[in-house]
Amino acid sequence: MYRYDEFDERFVRERVAQFRDQVQRRIDGALTEEEFRPLRLQNGLYLQLHAYMLRIAVPYGVLSSRQLRALATIADRYDRGYGHFTTRQNLQFNWPKLRDAPDILELLADVQMHTIQTSGNCIRNTTADQFAGVAADEIEDPRPVAELIRQWSSLHPEFAFLPRKFKIAVNGATEDRAVLKAHDVAVRIIRHAETGETGYQILAGGGLGRTPMIGKIVVDFAPKGHLLSHLEAVMRVYNAQGRRDNKYKARIKILVHEIGLPEFKARIAAELEAEGPSFRQEEVDELARIATFFARKEYETLAPHSRPYERARAANRDFAQWADTALFAHKADGYAIVTVSLKPIGGPPGDMTSDQMRAFADLADRYSLGELRVSHAQNLVLPHVKKDDLFALWRALGEHGLSTANVGLITDIIACPGLDYCALATARSIPIAQAIAQRFADPARQHDIGPLNIKISGCINACGHHHVGHIGILGLEKSGRESYQITLGGDASWNAAIGELLGPGLTADETPAAIERLVDFYLAHRLSGETFIETVKRLGAGAFKGAFAGVSRHEAA
Amino acid sequence: MTAASLPPPPAILIANDLLDGDVVFRKSDGWTRDPRAAFIAYTSDETQALALVAREAEARREVVEASIVDVDIRDGAPAPRHFRERFKTLGPSVRPDLGKQAQFPDYARAAGA
Amino acid sequence: MKLLDRNGLKADVYRRMSEGQFDGPGIVSLAELADGAQPAAGKLGLAIENTANVRDVERHFDSVTLIVIHFPSFGDGRGFTLARRLRRAGFGGTLRASGPLIPDQFAFALACGFDEVELPEGQIERQPVEQWRGALTAFSAPYQQGYRRPRTILEERRRNAPEAAR
Repeated sequence: MYRYDEFDERFVRERVAQFRDQVQRRIDGALTEEEFRPLRLQNGLYLQLHAYMLRIAVPYGVLSSRQLRALATIADRYDRGYGHFTTRQNLQFNWPKLRDAPDILELLADVQMHTIQTSGNCIRNTTADQFAGVAADEIEDPRPVAELIRQWSSLHPEFAFLPRKFKIAVNGATEDRAVLKAHDVAVRIIRHAETGETGYQILAGGGLGRTPMIGKIVVDFAPKGHLLSHLEAVMRVYNAQGRRDNKYKARIKILVHEIGLPEFKARIAAELEAEGPSFRQEEVDELARIATFFARKEYETLAPHSRPYERARAANRDFAQWADTALFAHKADGYAIVTVSLKPIGGPPGDMTSDQMRAFADLADRYSLGELRVSHAQNLVLPHVKKDDLFALWRALGEHGLSTANVGLITDIIACPGLDYCALATARSIPIAQAIAQRFADPARQHDIGPLNIKISGCINACGHHHVGHIGILGLEKSGRESYQITLGGDASWNAAIGELLGPGLTADETPAAIERLVDFYLAHRLSGETFIETVKRLGAGAFKGAFAGVSRHEAA
Repeated sequence: MTAASLPPPPAILIANDLLDGDVVFRKSDGWTRDPRAAFIAYTSDETQALALVAREAEARREVVEASIVDVDIRDGAPAPRHFRERFKTLGPSVRPDLGKQAQFPDYARAAGA
Repeated sequence: MKLLDRNGLKADVYRRMSEGQFDGPGIVSLAELADGAQPAAGKLGLAIENTANVRDVERHFDSVTLIVIHFPSFGDGRGFTLARRLRRAGFGGTLRASGPLIPDQFAFALACGFDEVELPEGQIERQPVEQWRGALTAFSAPYQQGYRRPRTILEERRRNAPEAAR
């Protein structure tokens, strides 16, 4: 993985010193709260309901075991012994103190981590495919590009005070595992249809929130060496012309929507032309330097199939069930990518205790070359596991409550922190996720239902990606009570779609039963081998409305 | 906070401590972490006085996010009428071991939903 | 109003023409310039909003020595992009940011092409010059190129790299 050189190291240390000084100036009164707020947000520090919250960047989702141990130390020393992984591959601590924040940043810098631009109206942490560099379906490893963007976007002088937050995702595989079309800008590494050369397709104008939009292709193909000039052109058009009169209309998606795709593309083209040649040798050189850190690992030469793994599968049904959900095809023969669920039945999605972090770090050292990943679905990944080791790994994970066999299933629910923590939330998310998971706790039933993504947000800002959940749940306030709107048919893949609202809001108590009715309707109407989302797409969300309406009348009575 | 936007009494003043971030309550003099010790404004004059205190305390950089919250009095303890502020005075509902509900179980019993 | 550049506080030789008769150089708006405002003492300043069109401004590059870009608030970053575009279009005179910027933005402003910042009354008392000067040395080198910017991290890396790797 990437390692800071002396310049990255100095930069992050200087950033810590700068924040220490900013905190001091806030205390002295040189900075008002209004002036300080964007500065602390650009260092990942929010003020939530009960306390401050610190959001730590996990750039493109890559962590070392050493970094995870440092996070465990911070959790114990400065927080309440746990952290929360988010849908943007970040880690949040829920209880830090402002006075401790500079010291926490110092500890992070010790392990080459930071909180730079994890919040605020700036370019946020760049996310990527959690299987980057190891997936069998990859065209090119997206991490070097993501690291290039991390550096380019860090304290970019022109783009630190944008109209609104700006999220970039990168993917280099044929399957989109980074929810590209829900991002302000997405970079897709593709092969040119005619020349076969690899380069970049750029999408813009995606985003969830109050007005969900699917990203559109704005640059069909930018050759290597032309990426940053294209990104700068997009950013410059947005910074100058994005709306600033209304917070809910300030994302780039609204600009693209209001002026239309052809006009937006024309403005990018005009900006590129005014800037001059878009090729940058330094981009090519820097990318080559970064890529050396992501060189293919020294894998052992193994047979594609593992006898010990096959034997264990045959002998242990629980293990087989876990393996069916957790494993993904690896580039190297005899290896597997393992997704580890952070969704124990009844637990807050994405939460991990400091003890689990340390245990997981040890397992990453023993079984995965000391490396792990964070997925946007709030799970962890061990990217380099020998198939021969899978059974031992599964047993070890089980000792720490980390072997829930539900990745991609109905209880693998994405949920934002909601009103249990978040000052912006209008309703709670976590208890809804817990109640649904408990209702569908039976593993056999989950496996029978098959792939199904439920995504829950506690407010219209949609951190829980509810619009692109096969079933989406949005928590709102209605007449002084929490109320939950259900959408159906959202899709976070390359076939991205926004879910359709099924009807009026439900109470928290009614919601799990409503979900069950939708699932039962699917089970009754699916064709052989058809997944939930396939049935929804075939029948249309409208077909499910009867089942949904039935439950709301029935349950409300 | 203008007088017009102030909630009706009874009401209390809630804020977050600037340096710690903890939820704090205005008592008759100074701030407390204990919701049972909060000063309760029973008249609109008292509510307006609290609003003035809020502005001054923010200007003195003692607290942030100061707001006047209307409450019900339950067993003598102020319980915010809106669920958002009720969570703020209790802690995360999914972690009863954390927050004010763990620190002040008597209060949580009285004011809990 | 207080004016400062990378060296600290400086005297403002310009005055807004709208503020009345003045012997020295004046600052006018685009509309006043169109009405035939003339430079005094060979100098003329042009004040524009951060939404101004580069084409409308660049035709005056030869006749103005100062362009003032208004920042309605420190969180409104349009002025940074406009400054960058004016420098790209070839403006070689003095570029001034006018509004409630904060010290932490000073290095950004200079990197985008500004020379100086004009602050509202009272702000320099709260955020003294040392804080503005300190903000310029907070980072030894940035990742991005900028206007008259010292060496970037990428350039330092190239310089450090062994010959073969260049």
